[in-house]
Amino acid sequence: MPTRRRALLVILLLALLGLASLIAALAAGSLPVAPAELAAALFGGGEGVAADVVRELRLPRALAAFACGALLALAGALMQVLLRNPLADPYVLGISGGASVGALAAMLFGLPLVFVHGGAFSGALAATLLVFGLARGDGSWTQTRLLLTGVIVAAGCGAAVALILSVAPERELRGMLFWLMGDLAHAGSAWPALAMLACGILATLPFARDLNLLARGDLAARALGVPVARLRAGVYLLASLATAAAVTTAGSVGFVGLIVPHLVRLAIGNDQRVLLPAAALAGGALLTLADTLARTLFGPQQLPVGVLTALIGVPVFLFLLTRSPKTS
Amino acid sequence: MTALLTVRDLDVNIGNVRVAAGLGFDLAAGERLAILGRNGTGKTTLLATLAGLRAPEAGALALCGESYEALGTRRAAQLRGLLPQGHIDAFQSTVLETALIGRHPHLGRWGWEGREDERLAREALAAVDLAGLGAREVHTLSGGERQRLAIAALLAQQPKLYLLDEPLAHLDLNHQVAILELLSRRTREDGVGIVMVLHDVNFALRYADRALLLFGEGRTQEGPVDAVLRAEALTRLFGHPLRERREGAARYFLPD
Repeated sequence: MPTRRRALLVILLLALLGLASLIAALAAGSLPVAPAELAAALFGGGEGVAADVVRELRLPRALAAFACGALLALAGALMQVLLRNPLADPYVLGISGGASVGALAAMLFGLPLVFVHGGAFSGALAATLLVFGLARGDGSWTQTRLLLTGVIVAAGCGAAVALILSVAPERELRGMLFWLMGDLAHAGSAWPALAMLACGILATLPFARDLNLLARGDLAARALGVPVARLRAGVYLLASLATAAAVTTAGSVGFVGLIVPHLVRLAIGNDQRVLLPAAALAGGALLTLADTLARTLFGPQQLPVGVLTALIGVPVFLFLLTRSPKTS
Repeated sequence: MTALLTVRDLDVNIGNVRVAAGLGFDLAAGERLAILGRNGTGKTTLLATLAGLRAPEAGALALCGESYEALGTRRAAQLRGLLPQGHIDAFQSTVLETALIGRHPHLGRWGWEGREDERLAREALAAVDLAGLGAREVHTLSGGERQRLAIAALLAQQPKLYLLDEPLAHLDLNHQVAILELLSRRTREDGVGIVMVLHDVNFALRYADRALLLFGEGRTQEGPVDAVLRAEALTRLFGHPLRERREGAARYFLPD
């Protein structure tokens, strides 16, 4: 049983890790910035090229990466409890599929970036509402029904994405592929994602113990006083909004939402009161580091960050699968 | 004194199947009620209805003199506990953590389990013969141990009314007796009330004060075990002939 003190310690350590990842993201790049210069750029109103690069380019991108990673990990942890399945991820219910269709459709018509972001967000919400509405259709809101509906909607979105890719003009294809793999080069402002992250954490923490019980079955949870129907609807909407915010900012970055809650769970157990904030911090740190690698590894050539998270994620995940045979 | 559980004119259906029609009884503190019936007659559904987790088609329920709506989910969870039939362990968890879930309704929104909660959980584990297994992973328990763990979580909840769906499932004979003895001791010493679904007529005879028979199609019979548990009624209930034997003052039933 994690005590409150141990929980705070874990969260403090992960917060330091997150801070370290942000500092690394600000310092590293084709123009290396020394610690003193970094401090001056951030706090001292330093001037010159280094300060501009840090403030104008790297800081917004690092914050966006951190917020998106945290949102995806939080959404993943929530989806895993909601579906009572440790293999669920933020995209399992078709959210990223809907976002992809929206964003790629905007790109297909050559619309400016703001429409791509708008398209992604509306697509994600449309897929969410579609799955929610269909899965509730007969009143029985079981996770099997939810999962199946989500998988089918995701498959439909996949077909629509393939259609868009096949009719898209040559010059748009590269941007579309980068978007589909997740890319922070066009992140824009980090503030919507950061605000969503703050809302997500503040909204879930008071109900974290209720979520612990939700993982043990609807009837058991209800018998212990958990308002299961309302909680599930709330968790679903919140995880969807968190995913939509992340996907809108960074495209569909894979594996963060699946791997991070898993790793954190292995390290500190499944108490949602610790798991949710810890997963958010670890996810933020992971995506910030991955994005820093993505733009420095073959710099100035940039990689889509989703490729890196997948390259890290797949072996880790396969290792976890072979290690723990009990996964469902 | 108001009864722990008051049931009035209760109609319970599952789809088109009638489980109970016009059912009414009182359960006082310190009483044990056994529910018996064939598979699929709605014992689990009835238990969920009595727990206030499923709306009846008609009728009224009161827990400690108040309706479930008036109590609210949290207060209701402090007063009555339910042992469900299956246990879901989707994620890893230790035995102690699992026993501690019973403390949930007693903790505030931001509360964490404290020393007292841990003491109650460890006591509950000891009561079901799981002392010293607190750090074990739930996945590594046997079916019977898992069942006793669920009962421990219920004990840690400290409800006034226990609603138990087949509490003896997966238990070996010595633990079946031990659990029934434990529950009976709680009724005598702490004045809790117990409603349990049992399949063993002889255990019902020995460890229950009252019995409720579900014959199907809404027909029910409720009363003291000596009056209700009779060879003719039980033969009709199970659709299999049962014969009553006597050994001194004790009665028991044997299937033909």
